[in-house]
Amino acid sequence: MTAASAAAVAVALLPLVYLAVRAAEAGVDRILAELLTARVAVLAGRSLALAAVVTAACTALGVGIALLVTRTDLPGRRTFGVLAALPLAVPTYVAGFAWTATVDGFEGFWAAALLLTVCSYPYVLLPAVAALNRTDPGQEEVSRSLGRGPWRTLFGVTLRQIRPAVAAGALLVALYVLSDFGAVSIVRVDTFTRAIFTAFNLGFDRTGALVLSTVLVALTVLLIGAELGTRTRDARYAGNPVRPPVRLALARWRGPALLALLAVYALALGVPAAGLARWLAAGVSRPGSLAEVATAAGASLSVSLAGAALTMLLALPLGLLAARAPGPVATVLDRLTYVAHALPGVVIGLSLVFFAVNVAYPLYQSVWLLALAYATLFLPLAVGAVAAAAAQSPPSVEEAARSLGRGPFTVFRTVTLPLTLPGIGAGAALTFLTCMKELPATLLLRPTGMDTLATELWTHTSTAAYAAAAPYAAILVALAAVPTWLLAARTGLVDPAPPGGPR
Amino acid sequence: MQKRLRLTLTVALAGLLSLTACGGPEGDPGKPGDKRLTIYSGRSEALVKPVLEKFEKSTGISVDVRYGSTAQMAAQLLEEGERSPADAFFAQDAGALGAVGKGGLLATLPGELLDRVPAAYRDADGEWVGVSGRSRVLAYNADQVDAAQLPKSVFELTDPRWKGRIGVAPTNGSFQAFVTALRVQHGDARAREFLTGLKANQPQIREGNVQIVSDIDAGTVAVGLVNHYYVYELAKERGGNPDALKARLHFFPDGDTGGLVNAAGIGLLKRSGGDPDARALVDYLLGAEAQTYFATETFEYPLTAGVPAAPGLPQLATLDAPKIDLNDLDTLDATVAMIKEAGLA
Repeated sequence: MTAASAAAVAVALLPLVYLAVRAAEAGVDRILAELLTARVAVLAGRSLALAAVVTAACTALGVGIALLVTRTDLPGRRTFGVLAALPLAVPTYVAGFAWTATVDGFEGFWAAALLLTVCSYPYVLLPAVAALNRTDPGQEEVSRSLGRGPWRTLFGVTLRQIRPAVAAGALLVALYVLSDFGAVSIVRVDTFTRAIFTAFNLGFDRTGALVLSTVLVALTVLLIGAELGTRTRDARYAGNPVRPPVRLALARWRGPALLALLAVYALALGVPAAGLARWLAAGVSRPGSLAEVATAAGASLSVSLAGAALTMLLALPLGLLAARAPGPVATVLDRLTYVAHALPGVVIGLSLVFFAVNVAYPLYQSVWLLALAYATLFLPLAVGAVAAAAAQSPPSVEEAARSLGRGPFTVFRTVTLPLTLPGIGAGAALTFLTCMKELPATLLLRPTGMDTLATELWTHTSTAAYAAAAPYAAILVALAAVPTWLLAARTGLVDPAPPGGPR
Repeated sequence: MQKRLRLTLTVALAGLLSLTACGGPEGDPGKPGDKRLTIYSGRSEALVKPVLEKFEKSTGISVDVRYGSTAQMAAQLLEEGERSPADAFFAQDAGALGAVGKGGLLATLPGELLDRVPAAYRDADGEWVGVSGRSRVLAYNADQVDAAQLPKSVFELTDPRWKGRIGVAPTNGSFQAFVTALRVQHGDARAREFLTGLKANQPQIREGNVQIVSDIDAGTVAVGLVNHYYVYELAKERGGNPDALKARLHFFPDGDTGGLVNAAGIGLLKRSGGDPDARALVDYLLGAEAQTYFATETFEYPLTAGVPAAPGLPQLATLDAPKIDLNDLDTLDATVAMIKEAGLA
C-alpha cells in the first residue's frame, strides 16, 4: 500500500519536476532577479491576505450553515440543506462575470473575497456536516448532564470534535484561493496566480512565469505546515451514532438565521442565475446550435469521467494508507499531494505538455493526459474522502477476515473496498464536478478539436458574445449540480439520517 | 445506497473502456498531401471557424483546429518544439509569430504566396505572412469627449486632462506591440517616459480590449487604446449598428505610433513547409473569399489588393499609419520589462 501510495504521489508531483527543470535552466541570476522584487513581496502578501480572508469567511459560513441545517430546529432545513452545497457547481469565472454584469464597479480585493467565499464555502460545509453526523452524541450528553448549557456544549464539545474536518476543508479553500485565476482576473485583483498568467501573456515569457510559480509552491508548503500544526488527533473509528443528536431550539434567533441563510443563497446562487438571464436577454450573438452544445456537454462529461476515475485510482491507496497506517510516512505522502493543488492550471498544463512530448508522446493530446492533469490538480479532494470513509470502518473487520484465512487481496476486494465505497463515491463526485469547471489546463491539454463546456464558454466570452456563452454556462452549472447533489446526499445534507445507520 | 454507487462505478468503468477504445494515440502529424491539417489558432473560434469551414468545403482538406489565446499557443508550440503535431500557426499578431520563428520552428513560405501581401505585413525572412490588418485606435465615448478635442498624438494622453479616464490593457498582445513600436520609432527613453506618464495618469487597467470598449460604451471609461474592430464586434452583439453605440473610433493622424497597423498572420511549421495542403491553406486565406470574410465579418483590414474594407471604415491605404517594419516588433522581452517597470502590469 505504501508503494502504491508513493507511486500515486510521484504522479502528482510530475509538475514539480518540470518546474525544477525549467527554473534550473533559467539560472540563479535570473531567478533572483525575478523573485527579489518589491512586486513579488506585494503579490505574495496580497495572495496570502486574500486566502486568509476567504478561508476565515468560508469557515464561519461553512460551519454556521452546517450547524443550522443539522443541529437546530430551523424550519425548511431539508430544502436549505439541498441548496447549501449547490454553489460548488458554479465556476468562479461564471460567478465573476455575473457579478460584474449585475453590480457596477464590482472589482478589487473585497469583491474577489466575496466571490471566492460564496463559491467555495461548501469545501468547509461538506466535511463539517459529515463530521457532525458522525460525532458521538454521548459526549454531548455527558457535557449537558454535567450542567453545561446547550450553547456551551456546542462550542466546548461539538465544535472541538469536528475541528480536524473543518481544518482540512479550510486548507482546501486556502489552496483554492491561491490557485484561482477566474475570479481574480475578472474583478482585477493582482494576485500571484494572475501575475503568473500575465507573465505568460507578456511576451510568452515561460521562464518568468515558472519562476514565479515556485513561490506559490513555497506558500503552499507554508499553509500545509500551518494546518498540520492545528491538527490534533481525530477521533478515529468513532463508530456510527445510532441516536439522533439533540437539536438546539433557535427560539428568537430563528428569524435572523433564516434571513442570513437566504442572503447567502441569494449571493451565491441568485446573482449568477440573474447574470445568466441577463446575458441571454441582452445580446443577439447566435447561441451555439443544440448539436454543438450537446457535443460540448458530452466532451465535458467524458473528460471529467476519465479525470475522476484516474484520480480515484491514485487516491485509493493514499486514502487507505492515511486511515489504516497513520504515521509520519502517511502524513508526508498525503501532504505532498497538496503541493500541486495550489499551482495554477496553466502551469500544470505546460508541465504535462513537457512531460508528454519528452517522455510519453503517445499520450499527448489524448483524453488521458488531460485526465492526468486533473489527477495532479485534484488528488487531495479525493484522498480526503477515501480517508474519511476508511477511518470510519473499524480495521477489526479486516483483521477478522484475515484471521479467517482470507488473502490480503480478497480482504481488500470483499471487505475494505465495499466499506470505503461511499467515500470513493463522494470523492469521485467532488473530483468529477471540479474537473467539469477546470479551464486553463483543459485549454492546453485537450485533444485538438475537442470543445468542452468550459472551453466554449471561454471562447464566447473572450469575444464578448455573452448571449452565445450563456447556454454553455447554464448547462455547465446544471450538469455540475448533479454530482453536487449526490455529494450533499452522501454527506447527509439532503437526508439527515446519519450515514451508516439503518438504510 | 451502496448498490447505487456500485452501479455508478460500473457505468463509469464502461464509459472509460469505450473512451479507451476510440482514444488511441492522438497528435498524429500526418503526411504531406494527405488532405488533413492540424492548425493551432490563437485567433478566436467564433471569428475563424466559419472561414476554415469554407476552406474545407472548397478544397476537400479537413482541418483539426486547436483554439487558444495567441500567447498560450506560442508557449505550447515552443514547449512542443519539433515534435509538435501542428502544421500551421494562425496568430493574432506578428509578435507571436516572430517568437515562434525565433525558436526555429517555422518554414520559409514560397515567394508567390508572400508577394500577395504588401511587404509591410509579412516577415522579411518569409517565415510568416499577414492575413488581415488591425489598426490601433483611440476609442472614445461620444458623450464625454468632444471629437474636436481628440489628441493628434498618443503622447498627449499623458496630459493631466486625461487623468483616470484612459482604458488600457497592458497584458494584451496588441498593446505590447504598440509599445514596441513606440520604442522602435522614438527610442527607449521616450517610450519609458510615455509609460511612466501614462501610469501617473491613473489609467483604468483592463484584461483586454473587449472590456475597454464595453466600459467606454457604458461611460465608465472616457477613452481607450484598442484595436479598431472591437467597436464593430460590440455593435454586432448589440444588434448591428455601430452608430447606435456611444463608443466611437479615432484614428491617430500623421503617422503617429498610436495608429500602428499590425497584422494577424499565419506561419507553417518546418515539417509542413512543403505540404501542398498547408500551402493551400495559406493560399486560401489570402484569396478573395477569405479576405472578404475578414473585411465584412471580423471588420479587419483585408491585406491583398482589390478587396475593400468594411463600410464605414476608412480604407487601409488612406490611413496615415506609422512607417514601421513589423519585423522590428520582435523585441518583446524589453517591452515587457518596460511595462512591468512602469508599474502597468
